[in-house]
Amino acid sequence: MIGLGHYLILASILFAIGLVGVIRRKNLLMLFFATEIMLNAANVAFAAISSYHNDLTGQMFAFFIVAVAASEVAVGLGLLILLYKKYGSLDLDDYTMLKG
Amino acid sequence: MESLVYIALFSPLVGSLFAAMFGMSPKKQITGIVTSILLFISFLASVNLLMYVWENGPIHVKLMDWIVAGDMYIPFGFNVDQVTAVMMTVVTTVSTVVHIYSNGYMEHDKGFNRFFSYLSAFVFSMMVLVMSDNFLGLFIGWEGVGVCSWLLIGFWYHKEDVTRDVNPSISPAWAANEAFIMNRIADLGMLVGIFLIYWNVGSLQYDEVFKAVPSMSHGLLVAIGIFLFIGAMGKSAQFPLHTWLADAMEGPTPVSALIHAATMVTAGVYLVIRANPLYSEIPEVSYFIALVGTFVAIFAASMALVNRDLKRIIAYSTLSQLGYMFAAAGLGAYWVALFHLAAHAFFKALLFLGAGNVMHAMHDELDIFKMGGLKKVMRWTYIYMGVASLALCGIWPLAGFFSKDTILEVAFNEHTYIIWFVLWLTAGMTAFYSFRLVFLTFWSDERYKKYGFHPHEVQNYVLWAMLPLGILAIIFGWFKEDFVEFVIKLLPAYEMSEHTEHMVTTLTVLTMFIALGGIWVAFKMYSERLVRKEKVENSRIYKILSNQYYIPVFYERAISKPYAELSDIAWKEVDMQVVDATVDGIAHIIEDSGEASVQVQSGNLSDYLNWMAIGVILLTILAAIAAL
Repeated sequence: MIGLGHYLILASILFAIGLVGVIRRKNLLMLFFATEIMLNAANVAFAAISSYHNDLTGQMFAFFIVAVAASEVAVGLGLLILLYKKYGSLDLDDYTMLKG
Repeated sequence: MESLVYIALFSPLVGSLFAAMFGMSPKKQITGIVTSILLFISFLASVNLLMYVWENGPIHVKLMDWIVAGDMYIPFGFNVDQVTAVMMTVVTTVSTVVHIYSNGYMEHDKGFNRFFSYLSAFVFSMMVLVMSDNFLGLFIGWEGVGVCSWLLIGFWYHKEDVTRDVNPSISPAWAANEAFIMNRIADLGMLVGIFLIYWNVGSLQYDEVFKAVPSMSHGLLVAIGIFLFIGAMGKSAQFPLHTWLADAMEGPTPVSALIHAATMVTAGVYLVIRANPLYSEIPEVSYFIALVGTFVAIFAASMALVNRDLKRIIAYSTLSQLGYMFAAAGLGAYWVALFHLAAHAFFKALLFLGAGNVMHAMHDELDIFKMGGLKKVMRWTYIYMGVASLALCGIWPLAGFFSKDTILEVAFNEHTYIIWFVLWLTAGMTAFYSFRLVFLTFWSDERYKKYGFHPHEVQNYVLWAMLPLGILAIIFGWFKEDFVEFVIKLLPAYEMSEHTEHMVTTLTVLTMFIALGGIWVAFKMYSERLVRKEKVENSRIYKILSNQYYIPVFYERAISKPYAELSDIAWKEVDMQVVDATVDGIAHIIEDSGEASVQVQSGNLSDYLNWMAIGVILLTILAAIAAL
């Protein structure tokens, strides 16, 4: 029987994968993917807990996150294209303009 | 009547502000005229108030609430009673004369407008001082006159230090600071006294404080009395805080006449008179006041005997007369002190203004050894100064006779024969130095010719302006009976014992004898020509006296120099090494840690994301620990 615990473990694993991706990856596109994985990890947790408590608020929240993630990706990808056109690279190590 | 109080109080302020508007611009005659007219209005209001108080008794007005905080309630109130009315009239009379006089005296001065602004501001402060109905208002006025005195002594602040025999470096700026600092020492005492009063009475209104006096413990009253008297000692330049008064003569002469003779320096006496319910409860402090006054009387007179500086001689004589006033107040004869205060204000201001005329004529020369024979060219000044000196010596029937003679009678009546004797002797010395000054300036050989001076009499209107003071110096004493009747409605009446009544004629004759004797000695020694005797001038006593008992030198060596060295140590050792080092150290630590941690800002977004992840993990762990 698959219970709440399994869903939460899945969500944690997904979040950890996303986090490691954010930390380790150098390609900005990959970073985006990793962020999406983290967001969806949260979604899974939301949906599971919502179902567990018989409360729709959590699922509603998950929909919001999906909508926000979609718009974020739209804007973010647009920025990435501009960035690539301007500097010819999406490697994070090439962007060190914030050096103090 | 209320409006009269405000007119008397605020018209000098209006004048001061008006003149201040032109403070930076070149001389405008209008400032002198406007301030003089406003002062005259204030004078008229004061005289009216005097009449009113005479008929109807004291007036009390409350301008506004001043400090209201919790239980503390101090209104801005003004009280015009008999003593205040007398003080107001004296202050405004002398001020008006001095203002008109200054129009002539400061004629060619660049700071003409500024001068009148300060002078009127002084009068306003003095009015606040005498009119306030509580100790705090008195203190505000007290500080106000202190500031104005500082501004006016240092009026010619740009003057270079002049090397003198006594004070190695004395300039107006130096003298102003000296006066201010000396007063600051005394004001601390005064402030402590006021705190003690508030602490124990819970109010600073005169009437409430004096109502509470009988119920306070004796020790407390003694403490309050002593602290208030310390304040009075500073303002009235009593020993050991007396050195500033002679140095204050660096200021313009009208200032010396108004502030350092007639009004401000008598504020200390006024305070003791005002606080008479307090001082009559503590006879030992009062006796101490009388002793200090007596000592200062003879001490200052002795220094005046040999001084060559025209203004300093008069300054010492002021000091000496203040001593007389304190002696009278200390012996419980408050109205006598007030009477001498008023009389002294008139003839001393006259004397100073006369000295100003002489200075004017002699191109600011002050050495009386370089003058002589001036009565031919300066007849009116000679008459004024002669009258003022006669009044100062206490020659019948001039003002000084009535007031000073009464002080001597009081001293006799109290069986304090030592005080009587010292004051009696001082009367002789006063006569001698006053007429030494008059004879050396106006009689004897015309020494000024040798130094190439061309003295001339001052403007006519200046001489006319001095006339009221001249008349008052002569006739003021004739109103003694009325004066007594008026002020003893407020002040304790002082009755002579029958024994003294019996002796009055003898005492008067004795006093007249020594005063005339002093004049006669001065006449013998100086009226023909100035004969300088090497032997006398090199004698030890002469040296001590002309060096002011070496007290300025002593203060310089024992207080100023060590203090300067201490300040130097505090600066170089304590401030630079400890305080600055600590502050700089903290700054250095922060700067160094910043330099070290700047490497975190590599500019690489990936690194930043790592740091962020670490932060998130740390916060999560912290949250988890907190939740457990």
